Amino acid sequence: MTAIIEIRHLVKRYRHLVAVDDVSFTCEPGICFGLLGPNGAGKTTTIEIIEGVTTADAGEIRFRGHPRDARFHQEVGIMFQQTALLDFLTVGETLETFAALYRRPVDLTGLVQRCRLKDILGQMNHRVSGGQRQRLLLALALVNRPRLVFLDEPSTGLDPQARKDLWNIIEAIKAEGSTLILTTHYMEEAQRLCDTVAIMDRGRIIAQGSPQALIERHCSGVTIGLPAHRMAAVGKPTPWPVHQVRDRIEIPSENPRAVLAELMRRNVDLTDMTVHSPTLENVFLKLTGRKLAE
Amino acid sequence: MNLKRLWIMIIARNREFFRDRAAFGWNFLFPFLIVAGFGLIFGGEAHRTFKVGVFPHATNGMVVDALNIPEGFKRTEQVEFIGFEDRRTGLNRLAHHKIDFLLEAGPPPHRYWVNDTAPKGYIIERLFAASLCPPPAAHLATRGTIHGTPIRYLDWLFPGILGMNMMFSALWGVGYAVVRYRKNGVLRRLKATPLTAFEYLSAQMVSRIFLLMFTLVVVWTGCDLLFDFQVQGRYFDLLIVFFVGSLSLAALGLILAARGTSEEFTTGVLNFISWPMMFLSEVWFSLEGAPAWVRASANIFPLKHLLDAARAVMNDGATLVDVSPQLGLLAAMTLLFLIVSAALFSWTK
Repeated sequence: MTAIIEIRHLVKRYRHLVAVDDVSFTCEPGICFGLLGPNGAGKTTTIEIIEGVTTADAGEIRFRGHPRDARFHQEVGIMFQQTALLDFLTVGETLETFAALYRRPVDLTGLVQRCRLKDILGQMNHRVSGGQRQRLLLALALVNRPRLVFLDEPSTGLDPQARKDLWNIIEAIKAEGSTLILTTHYMEEAQRLCDTVAIMDRGRIIAQGSPQALIERHCSGVTIGLPAHRMAAVGKPTPWPVHQVRDRIEIPSENPRAVLAELMRRNVDLTDMTVHSPTLENVFLKLTGRKLAE
Repeated sequence: MNLKRLWIMIIARNREFFRDRAAFGWNFLFPFLIVAGFGLIFGGEAHRTFKVGVFPHATNGMVVDALNIPEGFKRTEQVEFIGFEDRRTGLNRLAHHKIDFLLEAGPPPHRYWVNDTAPKGYIIERLFAASLCPPPAAHLATRGTIHGTPIRYLDWLFPGILGMNMMFSALWGVGYAVVRYRKNGVLRRLKATPLTAFEYLSAQMVSRIFLLMFTLVVVWTGCDLLFDFQVQGRYFDLLIVFFVGSLSLAALGLILAARGTSEEFTTGVLNFISWPMMFLSEVWFSLEGAPAWVRASANIFPLKHLLDAARAVMNDGATLVDVSPQLGLLAAMTLLFLIVSAALFSWTK
């Protein structure tokens, strides 16, 4: 099957900063491909180069087996991380305006229903809430029946409920067979929505695979968490590595039974102890020594 | 060029214009207020050119016939007499160019003061001296007059106000608006669609020209009802002149819109261009008698040629053929501005 998009050796420099450093990946049709990394990792620059908004210094991009041409903008949908909309237009008029820019616009009634915009169709763009605005931006990305949808940090700044609403819509789009490329610095978002994840750090892809495969490859076992002040009772040295994250300590272990036995042997108070399976966050921590949010 | 995309962008821009109540109202109110203000000040009569202070006299209640000054000077046209209680006050006003000439009321020999640094002072001094002499004998000088409908200052000023309003509306409505859209990411969003830069810029220009012509007709009608402007030429010709002028001004706006993401910088550039254009294009006063280099440099501004043509049609009854040099220049400027703006345009920088 021909990849919907192929990226080869992409490079982008800003003076002395290499924002995108020899990035290559391939995205198969029908999947959700995630670029996961902290702020400043080069995710947005990478995606904007692919979208054609920013130019690369080097590298090759092929869409459905060919270099991008005029057809590209007809066949992709884009939800930018930060964008304003045309002033003094209602939500409905904005959808109509963008739909008119494409050859094969989607049926707006269905789109409005899918993105739950019916109640705000008559409202001016600048009067809608954060969650409504993100749903509108998502609708604009879908207005042309795109083969490939770019979602750049789609849920940044949303409250948990609005974020979950947006994820539900994205999952529904995915279920219909659309191909998605998503950037995020939320581990939970990547883990829930993406079939394949490329972890980016300092302009480079440092790991790539399905979320589960990445976790299994880099972080087997579990992480045991305790309030940091209990560290004194744990004492030193410990037979396992201990990471302090804000006011808690984390102990990654492939043998939680042995760790718990040792903690109890040292009379450590286990109140407020947590045990969780590794996530992409742990993968990133393992690979870079830093947390995604840092 | 996809006409459907062009049309939808024109509609979007027009909706913005008509729904932005504050800017919309100001577009009509601004020229109307200026014309109304000048109408009120000059009352349709010719502006009095010289101000002559007379003392001692009460500061209000001036009755020129009752002044104890030379009879010939009292009857001089273009002179406005202003009373001062004492010489000190009058000299202070003269030193600050508030008046052009100070005269002490009373029998001969008359005493007067002028400010050596004021050109008007020299002329009014000559007029005063002439008023003291008998009129020249007929064989030394004969008087001729021209006939026709008098052109009020307001009739001369009105095309200037309309042109100035067009200029501000074109430069800010295109230049500033597009820079704002570039800064807040709207242009970046549009770039990610099939819309081309040519279609987008054309839509901005067509929309602005429609709005300029719409504003022109509304303001003209409103002001004409109040001041009954004299149009010697054809209204159709005047409309064509303003249309071609608006093309060039909107195209100039596109150059300002071509680059930049800083609204502050764009405001500076807009002021840098619009203010000299306003003064050198004879919106408010004629450049007749100004240094040659000033008059020559005024020719780089489209507004100058627009107003030359509009005044020729309105005040002198010129036809489109008569103003074809100005129309040709405006068309050439439009083409030049479009080429430059197309070459410079960036969606994001």
